[in-house]
Parts: sequence; C-alpha cells; structure tokens
Amino acid sequence: MSHYEVKAGPEAFLPPAAASMGNVLPDPGEAHIGGKIVPEEEAYEKAARMVLGAKVPTIFPGPLVLWKWNDHVAEEAKAIRELALEAPMRIIPMADYRPKYPKINQEVEINPNHPNLTIWHNKIDVCIFFGVHCHMANLSLKMIRGGTNCYTIAMCAMAGDEDACLSFRDADLKMINKLKATIKKLKSEGVESQAEPFTQFVMGRSGTIVAPA
Amino acid sequence: MSKEKIVLCEDLADVMPPEYHELVESATFGNQDRGWKDIGSSKELIEQHSLCAGCPESIAFRYILASLPTPEDTVFVGSTGCTSLVFPHVAVHNIHSLFGNQNAVASGLKRTLKSRFPDVEKDVVVLAGDGATVDIGLDMTMQSWFRQEKFTTICFDNELYANTGGQESGLMQKGFVAKMAPKGKNFEKVRLAEIAREAGCAYVAVLTVSKPNRVEQAIKNAVLVAREVGPTFVQLYTPCILEIGKQSMEGLDEMKDAESIGGRFVQKEYITDEAQKLLDSIKEETKARKQAAKKPVNA
Repeated sequence: MSHYEVKAGPEAFLPPAAASMGNVLPDPGEAHIGGKIVPEEEAYEKAARMVLGAKVPTIFPGPLVLWKWNDHVAEEAKAIRELALEAPMRIIPMADYRPKYPKINQEVEINPNHPNLTIWHNKIDVCIFFGVHCHMANLSLKMIRGGTNCYTIAMCAMAGDEDACLSFRDADLKMINKLKATIKKLKSEGVESQAEPFTQFVMGRSGTIVAPA
Repeated sequence: MSKEKIVLCEDLADVMPPEYHELVESATFGNQDRGWKDIGSSKELIEQHSLCAGCPESIAFRYILASLPTPEDTVFVGSTGCTSLVFPHVAVHNIHSLFGNQNAVASGLKRTLKSRFPDVEKDVVVLAGDGATVDIGLDMTMQSWFRQEKFTTICFDNELYANTGGQESGLMQKGFVAKMAPKGKNFEKVRLAEIAREAGCAYVAVLTVSKPNRVEQAIKNAVLVAREVGPTFVQLYTPCILEIGKQSMEGLDEMKDAESIGGRFVQKEYITDEAQKLLDSIKEETKARKQAAKKPVNA
C-alpha cells in the first residue's frame, strides 16, 4: 500500500482515516510525522519548530487532564500550563464531548463535534491535543484535517494517533516537560517564536473574567 | 467515578467554562437526601436537552437525574428513540446500546461492575422508550428479569414510536389513530407492569411524571431495591404532545387526565414482601438519621 501523508488540510470534506490508507502506529520510543514512523527525538524537534513557527499555536487539553482524576494528572495540568507559557501558546479547553446547542463559544472552548469552528474563529495554525480520549481525538483530528489548514500534534497517552499530522505515543508528564525543554533549547539557539501577541482568557463561575485578546 | 474525582485540576481550572465550575461547586453529588427539590437551587445533571418544546420526557429526565441516589456511581444504558437524543447532554455515565438490547447490555455491565468494584455500590439504570422496551427489546427485557439481574429498567411510555413519525407500538392504547397508524390499533395496550411482576421484578411502579415527588420516590425505591433484592421496573407516561395533537403547554394536563380515576396511568405499585421489608428499613434509617441531625449537640 502506498504511503499516505497526513498533512495539514484543508484536504477534503471527508478525509480518509489514515489507518484505512495503510498508516500504522509507532512502537514505543517512536513517533510519527505525517504518517512516517520516526524516532521520538526527531518528533520533539519537529513539534517544537512547528509551535515556534506558528502565529496562533494552541493547546487543547481534554477531560483526561482538565479533571483531577489523581495527583499525577494535576502535575500534568501544571506542566501543560508551563509549556503554554514557555512557547507561548494559547490554551483552549476541550471541556466536554457533549454537543452544545445552539453552539459553543469558539473563543474559549473547542468541541470535538465541530472543532473547525474554534480553529477558524481563532485562526489557529498549530495545535496540540493532550488528554483527549482516542475516539474523540480521531473524530476531531479528521475534521480539522478536512476543513482547516491547522497542523495537528497529538500527545497521545496510548499508542499514538494516526490521524494527527504528528503524534507521540505514551505521552506523560515527562514528555510534556521534554517538549517544553526542546522549545526552550531552540529558543536559546535563536529560533524565535512567531506567535502573535495574545492575552490568555480567564473564566470564572459567572463567565469570562479576562477576555481573550 | 466517585464524587471525590469531580474536581478540576487547579492549574487549568481558570480556562474551564462556568458550567463546569457550577458542576463542581453546586451539584448534589454525595448528598444522601438529593431529590427533585434541588432543581432550581443546585446544578442539575442535565445541561440542555434537544427534545421538543414542552416535551414531558425532558421534565422526566430532570426528575430522574435529581432523584438518583448516587449519580456519580450510576451508569445509564439507553436505546434508540427520543431518549437517546438527551443522553449526550447528561452528566452521568451512559451507554447507547443497539435498538432493543439495552437490558442485555445492562446485564453484562452490572455483573462486570460488581466484579470490578466489589466494595462500591454501582447502580445500572436502563432508560428506554416503549418501542425498545416492549416491542423490539421485549425478549432482552424479560430475559433480564427472568435471570433476576439486579438493575432498574425505566420505560418512557409515550405510546408510539415518536421520533420516526408516530408508528403503532405495543404500549399504544387500543383504537388510537396515529399518523403512521391510520386504521387505529386493533389490540389492547400491553400490560407491561403485570408482565414485569410475573417475570420476577421485585418492585414495579406505573405513573405519570406530573408529580415530581412521586417520580422521585418511585426512582429511589426502584434503584435501592435493585441493589439488594432483584430487578425493578418503572413505567412513566411521557406523552408525545406532537403525535397526539397537543400544544407545548398541554403535556401536564394530558398526564393529569391519564392518571385520574379510570385513566390508563392511575399510579400503581407491585412490591414483593422482601422489597417492602427493605424499603421500610431504609425509611426507618432515613427518619432516624434526620432526627439525629436535628438534635442539638450538647457541649
């Protein structure tokens, strides 16, 4: 079967599942870039460069890291926040998988049933998924690839996500910190972040406390 | 999931939309006396619903979710129908099964949860429409009762297949003419409550959802009896106002008419002696607990 390259879209209204095109998942210690299996180190470098080169890099933390299932998850949440500050990157939560009517507020949240709305609205060109369950990540990543030009990076805690443009596997606290360290190293070598200036929004019980800007 | 886990990670809490803060701060997880009276003063476990305006099913959902003894340790099993449109908006674990096999899925789930969490009481509640419960899924429904599977089955009885345009169902009343049943039904409404009793259900209740306190009591009884004694069944009349030619505001009147003397849904309960004994002891315990809570503490 020919190699199918998973790249940023817009690809088509219904892009094929990468697995159906013959793409396989990386083994432990490996990752994939565009569907090609590479050593994990190479993927850190590529992911860090993509983040630094983006105008609106954004992290989408999912329910597995937003809710305090245990103390380890709380540490991961802290590391996500530190990664966002280091890059810098926006954080927009995928708080829920439930469809929301009439529609989500795409400035401050992303929903897996129509992730393109958030990407279009905020003009996000690189995103990182962390803590999103596999089936919802698959759904979202395909939709993003289908209808937007956003480059997707999946930090998957399981076996990797073949529908992302770049995917790590077995993602944990160490790997978040490693990506942060790689970004820091590249910056120290003179690679500058191309991110547009922004204000991270803050939400509270009554709604938006600090609006995104 | 236990209620201790319904907590946001501190470092990302400030990016979470307000409804999740509300869920953590003012939902009634862990409240032994949670019930329908919490509606309006606490965070409900249903965010929105996608049913028609005025649909009695939506109010039934709200009462049921408010009445579950331990929603954090409850798993719903749903089936195809109007109810399946609501489950995506509910903050309780739920599984959508194939049309009709909800009680078979629930049987496996209950047994697995019992084996996986032997020290925690995990409740399984089937919630399906009359088509799934009585017509397409009657085999699975009854077999689970024969096997004495310890979970609750709730049937939202709207007396027809509502979301496919009004076809005749087993629970439709005799003679009723629906959009897709123009000649009128030739047979009597299936007496599911009596079938449930004879099939081995320890607690059976039939009622409308016009009175929230009654719904709360029936749901609590059913879940608590299912934990200890055996299968339970609750049949709730949730009329489809569109398919019976009513307006959005007329659902409540329809239910009140149906539960009045001589109506199809006069409230009734079948309780085995063992289940009754259990319910009496729970009632006594609750009473004692509330009285103890009222007593002033001597310094």
